[in-house]
Amino acid sequence: MRKVMIGNHALSYGAKISRAQVIPAYPITPQTEVVELLSEMCANGEMDAKFIKVESEHSAMTASIGASATGARVFTATSAQGLALMHEVLHWAVGARTPIVMGNINRAMAPPWTIWTEQTDSLAQRDTGWMQLYAQNSQEVLDSVIQAYKVAEAVQIPAMVILAAFVLSHTSEAVELPEQGKVDEFLPPYEPEYRIDPANPHAFGGLTGPDGYFELRYQIQKAIEDALPKWDEVGAEFGEVFGRKYGLIETYKVEDAKNLIISSATLASTARTAVDTLREKGEKVGLLRIRIFRPFPSAQIRSILSSVDRAVVVDRNISFGASGIFYQEVKAAVYNEKNPPPIFGVIAGIGGRDVTKKDIIDIYEDIMRMDEPKSDIIWKGVRL
Amino acid sequence: MPEKTEKQIVFDKVKDTPPLAVSLYTMDYNKTGSWRNVRPVIDYEKCTGCMTCWKFCPEPAIDAEKYEEDGKEKYKPVIDYEYCKGCGICWVECPVEGAIYTEEEGE
Ligand code: SF4
Ligand code: SF4
Repeated sequence: MRKVMIGNHALSYGAKISRAQVIPAYPITPQTEVVELLSEMCANGEMDAKFIKVESEHSAMTASIGASATGARVFTATSAQGLALMHEVLHWAVGARTPIVMGNINRAMAPPWTIWTEQTDSLAQRDTGWMQLYAQNSQEVLDSVIQAYKVAEAVQIPAMVILAAFVLSHTSEAVELPEQGKVDEFLPPYEPEYRIDPANPHAFGGLTGPDGYFELRYQIQKAIEDALPKWDEVGAEFGEVFGRKYGLIETYKVEDAKNLIISSATLASTARTAVDTLREKGEKVGLLRIRIFRPFPSAQIRSILSSVDRAVVVDRNISFGASGIFYQEVKAAVYNEKNPPPIFGVIAGIGGRDVTKKDIIDIYEDIMRMDEPKSDIIWKGVRL
Repeated sequence: MPEKTEKQIVFDKVKDTPPLAVSLYTMDYNKTGSWRNVRPVIDYEKCTGCMTCWKFCPEPAIDAEKYEEDGKEKYKPVIDYEYCKGCGICWVECPVEGAIYTEEEGE
């Protein structure tokens, strides 16, 4: 069945069709529609789930962890300041190995108060251990929620499905709703080995000294490494069952590409149309979209970059005092290679400033005129 | 509830470790009573047996002791000082004035 929906509702329907059982959530612009629809569906019986109204995002995540620890499938969603408020317990969710799936709508951080899109909110949670998936359209959002549960539950690491504020969260698109029966087969109920169970008591998260903590951290790293092939496997299996294949990265016209544009989320969709126009002009250019940011698909990126002459990373985010965050990660992935190509880093679209196809074409043509990257940031679109 | 026990399962290598930060058995071996510097005492003359203290106590430090009265099954709270860490939650939560009072620890 096809249904017209906004990106936010694609998250809600994704949670519904994945049979989320507990939804602790707090509303925040531009995420509100996600939880509005979920609370409606819980209230009218369309969903067999418990909606928990909480007083803050910190509590939303705390309740999510508790519910997940009992073995329930948990969904929540937030954005920007709300995600930042959750920060402490984002670490807890990973340490407790609770495979929560959370939608995050990328919104720029305040002050000044703002609600438009930028990726710095979620990228600032990079080192918590949460898996991060940057989606480019509503279909991918819905499909990714289902896949995220499958991967998260297999490795017991929580996952964020991330979408751009307004550009995606509030844009209506026709979305294919998978059949419930097929989803049930693809995603069986969550059955963790350890769960809160009064008949079989364990202490969860109790005081652990230097004699035990290290091994637990080692296991988190191993689990998230295991998730790397898992995302590709689950994405391929999803393709077989539902006809839409996904992977850690997506490439477009890279086979014979000499130059590469690297980006993520909706910016990558714009870049795709720019690639088409540049190809018409005779440019040998391709696009690499990074879909999964954590775990970071370094090997996949290395293999694509090994055959190009230069690459430009377009970031809608900034790590103050350093550079664009995807740019840092891409550079780090190829640093130890024999002859890595020069990689240029562009920051564009901060705070939701529009990035058009023409902007991407300009970025590409500008870097083609440069001999080498002279600094870590090339600003695009800021009024200097 | 299972009996309190001092059984403690310690893991050796990563392969024996559960994936999450969870004890492999109860934490009863951890005698939290050694932390206490204030001692709650129950005055059974005033205590109504509502068991609010038992519900709120964060340690296995209040046992619900079953007894019969007028042919009815009843419970009373009994503090286990091996585990009571003196946090004071029971006397803050107790709805009856003076049913739990505190004594200083010490000789
Ligand atoms: S002082 Fe704290 S630990 Fe001791 S019995 Fe009361 S609530 Fe339990
Ligand atoms: S809360 Fe107070 S009244 Fe109730 S059982 Fe405990 S000591 Fe007795």
